[in-house]
Amino acid sequence: MHSDAAEIKKSIRTYMMVGAALLVFTVITVAVNQVHLGSVAMNVTVALIIASMKGSMVAAIFMHLSHEKRWIYGALLLTVAFFVVLMAVPLLTVSDTIGTPIHAAPSAAAEGAHEAH
Amino acid sequence: MNIPYTVETRPDTGLANGKLGIWLFLASEVMLFGALFSSYIILRTGSVEWPHGELSVWLGAINTVILISSSVTMVMAWASLKLNDFGKHRLYLILTFVLAGVFLVNKYFEYADHLTRGEGPWHSTFLAIYFTLTGLHGLHIVGGMIVMGYFIGPGAKMWKKNPEQFTNRIEYTGLYWHFVDLVWIFLFPVLYLL
Repeated sequence: MHSDAAEIKKSIRTYMMVGAALLVFTVITVAVNQVHLGSVAMNVTVALIIASMKGSMVAAIFMHLSHEKRWIYGALLLTVAFFVVLMAVPLLTVSDTIGTPIHAAPSAAAEGAHEAH
Repeated sequence: MNIPYTVETRPDTGLANGKLGIWLFLASEVMLFGALFSSYIILRTGSVEWPHGELSVWLGAINTVILISSSVTMVMAWASLKLNDFGKHRLYLILTFVLAGVFLVNKYFEYADHLTRGEGPWHSTFLAIYFTLTGLHGLHIVGGMIVMGYFIGPGAKMWKKNPEQFTNRIEYTGLYWHFVDLVWIFLFPVLYLL
């Protein structure tokens, strides 16, 4: 345990710097939210980019993912793949046509043509 | 019979069993919160209007600062054990426990404020998903506090018997705790700001 004491002391400095960076990013998140960036979509995008950067720092440094074994990377790769699928599920609501009167337009056009005669 | 590979690593995975175990658990947690985030997207994109300014940004930001600070103290609790300093470890773990408690007290005031105005989860779609997401996250905070409480109390005895196994246990507790912090990092902008 004593052999890697120097390594741990170096890591402690990194933990402190990352902690400080996370606090600064929190302030930036709140500050950016006070400014209207043109559209709601733009504000959402910027806020999520900052959150992703903060999340990456927590995962890489505090959770030691920057130097883990490949079994953990493998498990997380699968998790990321399934997570992306999960986040894509809302897209199905856009392509969902149940309840949409898809024949309404042609039949209305036909009715219009009938009336013209 | 002793539980195998609590300290030494398994030759095939290169990991102690507990490490792989906690990561698989966290993977399942990603899917649990992922399903709720996905629901949030569906509810929000499907709604005609979405409320802004219903929550106190300052209280949310303060809670973010509290959780980030608790992540730092948690990793310091583990690093102190690696440096063989049990006293400092204990101090940092108690600090993490207290910060978790302060987070919950803030959350209590937020909930109480809404509920006294009759704004429970039944009030709107936004509050329904807000209470669901923050409620589940709050339960994770409580879970983390129970584990930390155990290691501050009776679980601390293991340090004398098997310091390496104890250090690993604190590392796994830390991994869970950082995950809880990570979830909040996304919950804060999604619920309080956007």
